[in-house]
Amino acid sequence: MKTIRDILVIDDELTVTRAVVKVCSAEGMSVAAADTATEALRFLEDSKFRLVLCDIMMNELDGFQFLEELDRRGIQTPVVMMTGYSTVENAVKSLTATGTVDYIAKPFTADELLTVVRRSLRCALLLDEAESAGLPRHNANNAMSYVPCPANYYRLGYVSWVLLEDEGTARIGVSDLFLKAAEGIREFELSLPGEDLVQGIPCAVATSVDGSMHAIICPMDGKILEVNADAQSNPSLVEKDPYFRGWLYRILPPNPENNLQWLSL
Amino acid sequence: MLNSKIGYKLTFGVVLTVLCAIAIFAVFNIQSERKSLLTEVERHAYQLSEAVKSDTEYDMLRNDRDRIHESIRRIGKQESIDRVRVFNKSGEIIYSSDSAEIGKMVDKNAESCYRCHLAGKPLEHLETPERTRIFRPLPDSSRLLGIINPIYNSQTCWSAACHAHPEEQTVLGVLDVTIPLTEVDRNIRRSQVAVMILAVSTILILSLIVGFMVRWWIDRPVQELLTGMRHVAGGNLAYRVEVKREDELGLLARSFNNMTENLAQARLQLFQSDKLASLGRLAAGVAHEINNPLTAVLTYSSYLLKRSGGQAETRDDLNVIVSETIRCREIVKSLLDFARQTVPKKRQADINEIIGRAVTVIENQLSLGRIELVMDLDTALPKVTVDANQIQQVFINLMVNALDAIGEDSGTIKVSSKAISVRPTGTLQIKRALCPKRHDLVDTKVQIDGKPAIGMRFRKNEDTGLIYLNPLYGSHEHRLNDMPALEEGVELLCPECARSLIAEGEICPKCGAPIYAFEVPLKGIVQGCLRDGCGWHSWEQVDSTWNDEFVEVRVEDNGCGIPKTQIPKLFEPFATTKGQKGTGLGLAVTWGIVDNHNGTISVESEVGVGTSFIIRIPVKS
Repeated sequence: MKTIRDILVIDDELTVTRAVVKVCSAEGMSVAAADTATEALRFLEDSKFRLVLCDIMMNELDGFQFLEELDRRGIQTPVVMMTGYSTVENAVKSLTATGTVDYIAKPFTADELLTVVRRSLRCALLLDEAESAGLPRHNANNAMSYVPCPANYYRLGYVSWVLLEDEGTARIGVSDLFLKAAEGIREFELSLPGEDLVQGIPCAVATSVDGSMHAIICPMDGKILEVNADAQSNPSLVEKDPYFRGWLYRILPPNPENNLQWLSL
Repeated sequence: MLNSKIGYKLTFGVVLTVLCAIAIFAVFNIQSERKSLLTEVERHAYQLSEAVKSDTEYDMLRNDRDRIHESIRRIGKQESIDRVRVFNKSGEIIYSSDSAEIGKMVDKNAESCYRCHLAGKPLEHLETPERTRIFRPLPDSSRLLGIINPIYNSQTCWSAACHAHPEEQTVLGVLDVTIPLTEVDRNIRRSQVAVMILAVSTILILSLIVGFMVRWWIDRPVQELLTGMRHVAGGNLAYRVEVKREDELGLLARSFNNMTENLAQARLQLFQSDKLASLGRLAAGVAHEINNPLTAVLTYSSYLLKRSGGQAETRDDLNVIVSETIRCREIVKSLLDFARQTVPKKRQADINEIIGRAVTVIENQLSLGRIELVMDLDTALPKVTVDANQIQQVFINLMVNALDAIGEDSGTIKVSSKAISVRPTGTLQIKRALCPKRHDLVDTKVQIDGKPAIGMRFRKNEDTGLIYLNPLYGSHEHRLNDMPALEEGVELLCPECARSLIAEGEICPKCGAPIYAFEVPLKGIVQGCLRDGCGWHSWEQVDSTWNDEFVEVRVEDNGCGIPKTQIPKLFEPFATTKGQKGTGLGLAVTWGIVDNHNGTISVESEVGVGTSFIIRIPVKS
């Protein structure tokens, strides 16, 4: 029987793995560190981890190659991607690649790290539960999935969704799995109408009951036409009905086709 | 070689055509000459035989055979006569200049007889041409012409004393005169030789002339073009083929030059974008390298902050570390954003917001305390459709330049924005102006306010010279030494082809003076009044579509300033004044971006006082 540990962190920078180990162990999590993807794969053979934190730019195998290797070996441990090269492309790719649950840009504060790690651990738990209830673990785009969105809703990983409307506008919201994993949203901090949103960059911050701030990464470029005042005044509405009455923004996307290639139905 | 092949082919073709023409001409000429010569000889022979006939007639009537023999022998001795003989009806030779022949019978099938006797019976009358015959007695002897002259019976014959001929006989005999054609043949040969000489010399002269023309009109320009192509292929994009003519090859050379120029510009742009791409890779590398150590700093400091408990002083210090590290994170993020502007994406954007972002990028350089940043932004600025990242780069470039201009001293940078309304007049720069023969009048060697001026040649009576117009549309400024009043009687010409630039049949609608006109490629005709001080101008295509709303941003500093002599070169690539410090691309890239947005950039500067860069971007693109 394999031992079960919480987190495996992979980064070729020792200072980064040390910092992650320190912060997470202080919160009572069991953490192992590897400085190459190959070493991490050995770890994963010996013991079971609930979550993997993996850097993208590494020598030998990079983060995305590591994901492919996990897929080939049938290891289903969810992965959070980290990178210091925090481009929009890397953010979007990290949220949609096979086996990933989340993404965090370096450098991060201890709180930012813990928020993402806790949310991802809960997310992994929810995915396990869903799987044991007979639901498929991966969606069509091979990203982790929990409860499928309604038809015609495009999803950016498990974080957010977008619905293209007939008038050329689009509606944006948060997915149910993200909300469940964040555990009880106390407040939504939303942008103002007229602001430009960019796919892969946070468009709203959800503060959960424990005070952690969850950045909601935007699924599509566009200018905000309307902000859902109900969602702002009544955060529980979003949790109860995330796909309909709990939408966040109505936007005018200048080029939806470009964004859709990263999204899954 | 391509050119010699064309030259040779052309020369060969022309020579072959001429050769055929001369050959046909020669054949006809020689034939007709031969015919006329022979006709002449025939006539001469006939007259001769008539003369012999009449000379011997009296002796014939008297039947004085000795005298007849004597006459015929004498005549036959003449050099121009080969032989004279007379034979009777039965073919017996009765008289001959060759006495050995006398008494012999003539073969009726012989060439002197067959004319009349071919049908088997004696003929009585023959036309002159039918009486003659040309023959060679031996294969190697010269040609002879024989003429037979029948001696018809007449009253004097049958009533003569000798009663030699009965009255019913029609033809008494035949006089046969043979003359040599040596002289005639020689003449014919001579004229044949003359025609041959004429043909050969014509062909020689013609091929020389054609060859020379081919060389002059085709070979040389093609050779020059080839040289140009070799230079350009070898990478020398500054090479220009000299355009000396207006024919197709001249046009080819001109378009070759245009092509090379475009190629050079494209290469420069490629080089610039290459440089930007390298900068992007550098920024990515830097971001990656810096973010890892920053991660450690930020995680540990925020972790310590979390666990620092109640110690207020420690908390404050840790807070500074955390917030400053977060600031570093934002700077690196801006650097990545700055490097990422590869594909231009134009969107509605707020210029003030872009200025704000640009300021964030260079904020750390400003916050050393010696430089004061004054912002005077118009909050009611209309939105413009721009690539926000590119425009941000423009402001960063200008502010960095301002910082460099201030140098080690303390100084002020002022960034202001406002909405303005401008007419195309005095704003729009004419970058190309074409004469009716499509020569570009814009002369890069002469500049007004740093912009290549429009050159024209004027002529009034004996006076002539060049004038240069300010390329800013409607600026009515010209540069020249002494110029006559630009009114009636003045001709304005293209400096290159001397075509008139005066719009014929058109007058200034304001003052009635003549107007000039030139074409701006793809943008219609520009016209202007010639009278000094009138100021009328028109550019229909621009006047009708011009958007007059602009957003103007000024970046001013009180730094060292730019010397007047350097201003014209300011926006050229690699024209750095910073020595090793600059790439010389900043302002060139800036200019390219602003131009790409249909905007304008201008500079006002005074050494020791400061510099202002003024950018204007149209609200509607």
